Amino acid sequence: MQGRHSAWAAPILSVVILVLFLAAWQLAVHDTQPTAGMDPEYAKLMGAAANTGKSAIPTPLDVGAKLVAALRDPFYDHGPNDKGVGTQLAFSLARVLLGFALAAIVAIPLGFLIGMSPLIGAALNPFIQVLKPVSPLAWMPIALYTIKDSDKSAIFVIFICSVWPMLMNTAFGVAGVRREWLNVAHTLEVGAWRRAIFVILPAAAPTIFTGMRISIGIAWLVIVAAEMLVGGTGIGYFVWNQWNNLSLADILLGILLIGLVGMALDRLLGLAASAVTWRE
Amino acid sequence: MSFHCENFDPSVVHGQGCGCAAHGVSTASGDNRIGEVVRSAVLRAAFPQAAHRRALLKSVGAATLGAALSQFFPLETATALAAEAPGPLEKSKLKVGFIPITCASPIIMAQPMGFYSKYGLDVEVIKTAGWAVVRDKSLNHEYDASHMLSPMPFAISLGLGSVQQDWQIPAIENINGQAIVLANALKDRRDPKTWKGLRFGSPFDFSMHNYLLRYYLAEAGLDPDTDVQIRVIPPPEMVANLRAGNIDGFLGPDPVNQRAVFDGLGFIHILSRDIWDGHPCCSFSTSKAFIAENPNTFLALSRAIIDATGYANKAENRKEIADAIAPANYLNQPPIVVEQALTGVFADGLGNVIKQPLRAGFDPFPWESFGVWILTQMQRWGQLKGEVDYAAVAKSVLLATDARKQMEGLGLTAPTSNTKTFVVMGKTFDPSKPAEYLASFPIRRS
Repeated sequence: MQGRHSAWAAPILSVVILVLFLAAWQLAVHDTQPTAGMDPEYAKLMGAAANTGKSAIPTPLDVGAKLVAALRDPFYDHGPNDKGVGTQLAFSLARVLLGFALAAIVAIPLGFLIGMSPLIGAALNPFIQVLKPVSPLAWMPIALYTIKDSDKSAIFVIFICSVWPMLMNTAFGVAGVRREWLNVAHTLEVGAWRRAIFVILPAAAPTIFTGMRISIGIAWLVIVAAEMLVGGTGIGYFVWNQWNNLSLADILLGILLIGLVGMALDRLLGLAASAVTWRE
Repeated sequence: MSFHCENFDPSVVHGQGCGCAAHGVSTASGDNRIGEVVRSAVLRAAFPQAAHRRALLKSVGAATLGAALSQFFPLETATALAAEAPGPLEKSKLKVGFIPITCASPIIMAQPMGFYSKYGLDVEVIKTAGWAVVRDKSLNHEYDASHMLSPMPFAISLGLGSVQQDWQIPAIENINGQAIVLANALKDRRDPKTWKGLRFGSPFDFSMHNYLLRYYLAEAGLDPDTDVQIRVIPPPEMVANLRAGNIDGFLGPDPVNQRAVFDGLGFIHILSRDIWDGHPCCSFSTSKAFIAENPNTFLALSRAIIDATGYANKAENRKEIADAIAPANYLNQPPIVVEQALTGVFADGLGNVIKQPLRAGFDPFPWESFGVWILTQMQRWGQLKGEVDYAAVAKSVLLATDARKQMEGLGLTAPTSNTKTFVVMGKTFDPSKPAEYLASFPIRRS
């Protein structure tokens, strides 16, 4: 049955789900009994989890408080190892965008070549198939060893994980351009460059953008892991640094921010993709 | 031409350059050079005209003149004072890596407490995620110097588990200060003979933690390679792994040990000083190349570190240090946890408050015997194979003689010898008989 629903039904339902989730979370986290009979001198040396029975899992209110504090001063700088979440997100975004741009520069022309020439496509296919499923983080030790710079290594890891979806989608889009359109171009004696830019590119653009959208999603997933591995700066380092202090509220804050930024990146490329989509 | 370039060589004339380190030629050790600088400065003050001075030097000789001058000018005091300010720094902005543990206290606190700036250095101390990353960033020269586990410069210099580069230890950071922590479930299984099948965490293969844990287990008759599992876990992740039940215990650095107690996850089984009282743990390390290229900077840097290490060793300063290094920029731990680890007044996780002021110590002197012991253990567990000239390797990595000069210049008491014997779990280690020592262990890989 396909019922019509008002435009407000879905957002209202979303809010209800959120409220239910937060309420369930708040209720699920409950403090245990304080440890009875602990020597006060000893208790002073112990953490809240061990003596007052406060749960180690933060409540939504704890995370909310962290969020307010973080947003109040997102760009503070207390030294090289302690910067505000805004600064950390900016570092991560810069790495992702740089690695992603480099990947686009390589993947889109190469994808064109593969899509237009079945021979090259078949020749490169085994390499692509072997390299594509490798976790980008497995490249990290090799990158650190050869590039000799942890920041550039992180960008390289982003590059290597973003390159495959863009490459495959570009090749697929280019190879899938309708025969009739190519034939028309051929009949009109359009040169190879003009054909590539004015016929194939617009025709393949939606597929290419889909590849870019997949790539940026993967890149954003990977940067967090890469930064946890090498440390220094970035939102991944922020999460690692708070893990180090077992501060779950800060980690949840990091997760929330990572999710929001990832959604924004996806939406941006989604909008770009719909701008180039053509209707028959 | 700077003022300190005319020394006692009468043949040196203005404008021809000299052999001093400010011009990048000399490799003479720091304090000798400072002595010369001071002598020449005094000489210049006493005989301001260059021609007279040289004529005098030529006729009576440098030594005589120096001795004569010292009659009425306290040369030694002046030398010690000048030691505060070495020659012009080749590089004043430096990056020094660290792992967020109290072993690195002097390296870390030297930043907020001003030890680096006292010696004219602008040092950024960079927190690093694990020992493998410390190694790679150091080998890549992203760091000018770094906090390293004391076996690491040996492994790097020997090309074990990395490319070979010559690394050196101008100062040991800390002695003692580690502990074996067990999960609460093991409260009634304190005898290591009953630990077969357990899983332990150790921060790195080339660590004192690994060697001490293996030593302790082997003394209890367990083969650390077959009877238990030893997993490499970076220190900041040890507590999370203990909570998750991935490991049953670890021999870890502080504040990780105390943090496990603080969160009610485990208890301190023994302190590492119960295995070997006075054992080294972490070191301050830099590459031979850095020392050769930046002799004055290196001098200032190692002074700052030795000065900070001496300060850290005083019990009355420990609370101040704990407050300085606990914030998020450094250890990112509750101050009370760091304070317990450093002051030695701590909760053991079993309900007792223990007072052991010797829980953690800071002693910069890089005993060559420490190096020999580390090499015997590398051989014992199969990391290092074949014939090794223990004493020569130890001497080339541990800069004991230089450290002594620095310590004396800073008014710290330095030992007169570079070697000593010590006792590990009741067995005496004699650094002159490493092969016999190695052969005396029933459980070993080589």
